[in-house]
Amino acid sequence: MGDAHSKEDIKKHIKTYIAIFVALLIGTVVTVLASLIDLGHAFNIALALLIASVKAFLVAGFFMHLLSEKKTIYAILVCTVVFFTGLMALTIMAHYDVPVLIK
Amino acid sequence: MQHTTQTAPHETSHEHHHEDLGFWRTYVFSTDHKIIGIQYAVTSLAFLFFGFCLMLAMRWQIAYPGQEIPVVGKMLEAILGDTAKGGIMSPDLYNVFGAMHGTIMVFLAVVPLAFAGFGNYVVPLQIGAIDMAFPRINMASYWSFFLGCVIMFFSFFIPGGAAQGGWTSYSPLATTIPTDGQTYWLIGMVLLITSSLLGSVNFIATIIQLRAPGMTWMRMPFFVWAQFVTAFLLLLAFPPLEAAGIMQLMDKVFHTSFFLPTGLMVGGQVADISGGGSPLLWQHLFWFLAHPEVYVLILPAIGIVGEIVANNTRKSIWGYRSLVYSVLAIGFIAFIVWAHHMYLTGMGTKISAFFQTTTMIISIPSVIILTCLFISLWGGSIRFNTPMLFALAFLPMFGLGGLTGLPLGFSFADLHLHDTYYVIAHFHYIVAPGTIFALFAGVYYWYPKATGRKMNEFWGKVHFWVSFIAMNLIFQPMFAQGMAGMHRRMYDGGATYAGVLDPESGEVVGLNSFIISLNKGITHAAFLMAVAQLPFIINFFYSMFKGEKVDDNPWKATTLEWQTPTPPPHGNFTKEIVVYRGPYDYSLPGAKDDYTPQTEPNHK
Amino acid sequence: MDVPYTTKPRPDTGLYNAKLGIWLFLASEVMLFGALFSSYILLRVNALEGTWPHGLLNIPIGTFNTFVLISSSVTVVMAWASLKLGQFNRFKMYMGITILCALAFMVIKSIEYKDKFTHYEVWFNDPAKPSIRGHIEVPGIEGNPWFMTHKKLADKKIESIKIHPDPKPKLASAKQEHGGAEAHDGHEHGDHPPVQEIKTSEIKRLSAFVPAHSTYFAIYFTLTALHALHVMGGAAVMFYLWGPGAKMWKTDPERFTNRIEVSGLFWHFVDLVWIFLFPVLYLL
Repeated sequence: MGDAHSKEDIKKHIKTYIAIFVALLIGTVVTVLASLIDLGHAFNIALALLIASVKAFLVAGFFMHLLSEKKTIYAILVCTVVFFTGLMALTIMAHYDVPVLIK
Repeated sequence: MQHTTQTAPHETSHEHHHEDLGFWRTYVFSTDHKIIGIQYAVTSLAFLFFGFCLMLAMRWQIAYPGQEIPVVGKMLEAILGDTAKGGIMSPDLYNVFGAMHGTIMVFLAVVPLAFAGFGNYVVPLQIGAIDMAFPRINMASYWSFFLGCVIMFFSFFIPGGAAQGGWTSYSPLATTIPTDGQTYWLIGMVLLITSSLLGSVNFIATIIQLRAPGMTWMRMPFFVWAQFVTAFLLLLAFPPLEAAGIMQLMDKVFHTSFFLPTGLMVGGQVADISGGGSPLLWQHLFWFLAHPEVYVLILPAIGIVGEIVANNTRKSIWGYRSLVYSVLAIGFIAFIVWAHHMYLTGMGTKISAFFQTTTMIISIPSVIILTCLFISLWGGSIRFNTPMLFALAFLPMFGLGGLTGLPLGFSFADLHLHDTYYVIAHFHYIVAPGTIFALFAGVYYWYPKATGRKMNEFWGKVHFWVSFIAMNLIFQPMFAQGMAGMHRRMYDGGATYAGVLDPESGEVVGLNSFIISLNKGITHAAFLMAVAQLPFIINFFYSMFKGEKVDDNPWKATTLEWQTPTPPPHGNFTKEIVVYRGPYDYSLPGAKDDYTPQTEPNHK
Repeated sequence: MDVPYTTKPRPDTGLYNAKLGIWLFLASEVMLFGALFSSYILLRVNALEGTWPHGLLNIPIGTFNTFVLISSSVTVVMAWASLKLGQFNRFKMYMGITILCALAFMVIKSIEYKDKFTHYEVWFNDPAKPSIRGHIEVPGIEGNPWFMTHKKLADKKIESIKIHPDPKPKLASAKQEHGGAEAHDGHEHGDHPPVQEIKTSEIKRLSAFVPAHSTYFAIYFTLTALHALHVMGGAAVMFYLWGPGAKMWKTDPERFTNRIEVSGLFWHFVDLVWIFLFPVLYLL
């Protein structure tokens, strides 16, 4: 972001920030309420993570201005996400791929 | 360490300095990348020597189990007490030395020297920057490293001694050993990891942001590329180990069970823990760092060799782009090969097939790099000076280390070779005659830039030839020992498993006497290796004061670090730097010299 | 002699150094917390059927703390926007609120911690007898004992303790059937089961809700404590920039604004981690 912003832009941004703030508060309430309803274990987890991801997207995208960030930052974050996914997915796959007799 | 950093000549630093910062801020709490680089290099060289000494004591025990360690035995007894009673190494002490030899060599010696030492000193110079992007963070990085070193070193002297669980610190073993060594190890590691995170952020930001005008990505010296990828490996692979370290620290201090399974038996009793943890989780998180760490060890070394080969063949490096892309490919693939260290954990065939495949794939860029460097030699008029000798020895030694790794990458061959001396020989070929030779090459190569004086060539060659022979005498026999099934952690060198006649079958079972007798030869070679380092150590200090004085560009090199005064002042460059060409323009047709610096405009 | 691009962005990357630096740092933080999240998942799928505890945390307090942290996240970006508009006093106000929110978060978190340290679970030698959760009374110790264990009981030769079991929750929520345990935090009033006296000899294991209690609390305390360290670090930096560091506004306003942006990016990341921690630890 930085210096490319005129004052009008910033004033528009402020309105967005308030809207995001409200959305985040609502998201928090929704996730608590959703956890109180029994939707089946897996579905509860999926829903909670989905809401958390949406909230994370709002924070990262607007508060952290990631939606209008420079290519270098994107490149770094894409690498990070890829390696993180590799770490998590392969570790969990290794956990499940165990010879049957040992299991 | 302080007194070595003083030797950066006073006159020069005052000439170019406007403000006089005083002794402490110039040489100790300095934010200058060159001083920090030298601090890293000197600290890590000291630990390299220390780690080597630990190994010498262990080698003595392996070759002559239960005999008093010569020269230092009594001293060890005086310092460490019961674990070295009568100057004899106890099994506990052997475990301490083994774990700490690995830890020190990897985390306190080779990586800080290769990445932080050379990287700090050379990278900003080679890209034409006046300093690192965040000089104060750079200083914090060094002092965090130093504190980690102090804690690791101090842990030898606590009751029970330092960590004993191997450099891999596998849980539950590492957690259940009742001494506090592991706790110190973990605290030390957290500091070292913090240091390398700060360092890698700094390197990446510096390389992206502070390249001089005209220094495009494809004009960067190969060494800078290698450091760039290394920094990414450290940045993204180290945090999972930090997480694992924190969890193991919780296990150790707050008695949690992150890595301790339900029903764990300790000393014949069910352990008083909640259980429910996963020992394999530690291995995953550990190797997620520790395999990329192998490339952290190698890539800067390859970068150094690339620089020196280009300079001393007096021709451009062959396949610059292939080298760059290969290094990038290694950087990516390095993150998804880690579990080839874990074939023996009861891993299923699907997942082990995946890791075998990626392991084989990562050997391709490694071979491309080695091939490019070999082809670079072809048709060159090679100058056989000391740095070049070390760089040349690196190539086949690294090749040998790499090729012997292939059987370990296949799970069926690994079943036999896992945790034997074969593994030791394999990775030491990569790190010792490989990486450390490249680091020696780097020391000889950049020493004139840092001090204004050359190291003595004759003693440099003595250092090289004796080390070269000794290295091979040490590690070649280990392949044979490993294939004969000798386990890597036996503290008596396999004497307990010496062959005996089985009365039923009439055959000798156990390790045969020849395999065990190799221990003595290896140990003698290790002592020869120690002797071979004396010329280096003397040469290193003697040349600071009495070495041959040289001009700013003694090797007639093209890259930017040789376009500065020697030693470079605070701020590095005395003129505006603009880059016009690639890094290795040697022997250009029609040029007035056989080298054309990167700052030389095209005359057309 | 200054390092270039500390304030102005480098033309080809469009970034000033500190911004690239903080994003690189955050990338490593993603890997750090990511590894811990992965560990959480692995420990949880590894847990024996029905042993992963549920509902041991206080959801209303957690929700409130989430509100606090989200508020601080919006105020920190407002503080940056105020500087962009040249309104230094509004910046002071917003930054002040952010720091207060950070403090409030820490205070609430420490109340939660204290609550856990004095809350116990008792397992019995008899495998048929289910474990009991609640507050305990130990002879010779006034009030709620901290960090008591079965070992300490044995060492002090205490023959029996009293336990006030947690009330059965009024709301039968989704989690009970998975958790298997009927425990609850004890803040909502249900029917109080009677106080029981337990002989030390019957006890297999006694543990407060401390990290050693179970892998659930181990990962809960590790994650939240690491997060709290980030909160404290961020609050310290922001406090500096709010107080003595704010002098830079007069000498180099652009660089100061950048500093606020960078510290704000860190703060948003801390918030972002909490957005995942809250459902994962409190609700699921």
